[in-house]
Amino acid sequence: MIPANFTYHKATSLKDAIALSQTLGEDAKYMSGGHSLLPMMKLRFATPEHIIDISKIKGLSYIKEEGDLLKIGSLTTQTEMEHSLLIQKGYPIFSDAVKLTADPSVRNVGTIGGNIAHGDAANDQPSLMLAMRATIIAEGANGKKSIPIDDFFHGFYMTALEPSDVLVEIQIPKHKKGSGGAYHKVERKVGDYATAGVAVHVELDAGGVCRQIGIGLTNLSSVPLRLSRAEDLLKGKKITEDLIVQAGTIASEDCEPTSDLRGSEAYKRSITKTLTERMLRSALKRATS
Amino acid sequence: MKHKITLKVNGESITKEVDSRLLLVHFIRENLDLTGTHIGCDTSNCGACTILLDGKSIKSCTYLAVRADGAEITTIEGVAPEGTNHPLQQAFHDQHGLHCGFCTPGMIMRSIDLLKNNPNPTEEEIRWGISGNLCRCTGYNNIVKSLQQAAKEMQKEKEPAV
Repeated sequence: MIPANFTYHKATSLKDAIALSQTLGEDAKYMSGGHSLLPMMKLRFATPEHIIDISKIKGLSYIKEEGDLLKIGSLTTQTEMEHSLLIQKGYPIFSDAVKLTADPSVRNVGTIGGNIAHGDAANDQPSLMLAMRATIIAEGANGKKSIPIDDFFHGFYMTALEPSDVLVEIQIPKHKKGSGGAYHKVERKVGDYATAGVAVHVELDAGGVCRQIGIGLTNLSSVPLRLSRAEDLLKGKKITEDLIVQAGTIASEDCEPTSDLRGSEAYKRSITKTLTERMLRSALKRATS
Repeated sequence: MKHKITLKVNGESITKEVDSRLLLVHFIRENLDLTGTHIGCDTSNCGACTILLDGKSIKSCTYLAVRADGAEITTIEGVAPEGTNHPLQQAFHDQHGLHCGFCTPGMIMRSIDLLKNNPNPTEEEIRWGISGNLCRCTGYNNIVKSLQQAAKEMQKEKEPAV
């Protein structure tokens, strides 16, 4: 399979990429790792006339803590996330997700920014971003902007990014004592889309009361889904086993799966309940250890 | 539109003109006649097309040739001098890590990256490490044994001779 004809442009800097995008217009697409876009182009689901390669832009690949934030450069590969000691120690929810994302050779190329900018609810990073209440930093023709994650995903493959916008950084509240997260997805086989995936991130105060909680769902709706009703239930309370089970029930009710080859709607609702309960327990365990 | 690219393939510097849409695996097989790199699924699932790009395993069916400009590529043809075997090749031979052999070049290229990052992997780490490379013959057990033998051999090579 070979993609339809297009013209390749290599961006040497962020400025260059944005300028190229402005010149080439809406028929141009940015490509970072290309492991979502290129397969779509090979299947002719996507036929952009121009590809602007942003993968060679320097300075967009980093993982660092600064002030109250963890900052991840958008061109950081999944493998770099996997090998980062900072991530392994302080943010194990990413380690949970990355090792379930595609396979090692794909992770060597695929980027964290691309995983989010693609706007696919079946990708893993979006639900993590919802759980951790990330802020997306993008730069385009109209300058730099900061987009709260709840305003980022607009629909199937649609995001708040305008055609010339490059996702440059992801910002997440820094790990603190009493915070912890966990992610798991059920997949039929390595490399398949999630049958269902659940990301949970909690912040507890010194008395063990839940100060902040985020629950994000993977591939259980056409957009990455926040489980607001369960978050509201748990926030401000000491999370007991009884509340965990209640949150699981809400998850099974509020997710929006469709029956497909990966399972029936009822099956997906059932595993979403189980995954939500399990991820709540592991996130709490990590927050308290 | 044609693009001139210069890259190192198995140690040799090469300059060629490529179309925007030419895939790296086609460039390797058809333009360079290095047919050890196979095409299996063509959808980045099976790993038959795995090569090393700047030392990292990648699936060359899902990479544009033009993006490899300036890169260093290693294919199965370049892992050991002519007439000799890389410890992984030798281990696949010794442990019967293949039946039909179609997945083997990709499996070995992936394994080089795996053992570089984790020279002494557990069986579970090996199985996760090769999870993006499908073999339809062996059932993987002998492939795992091959990696275990190669890991031992390659660690021995690293130890200074006493």
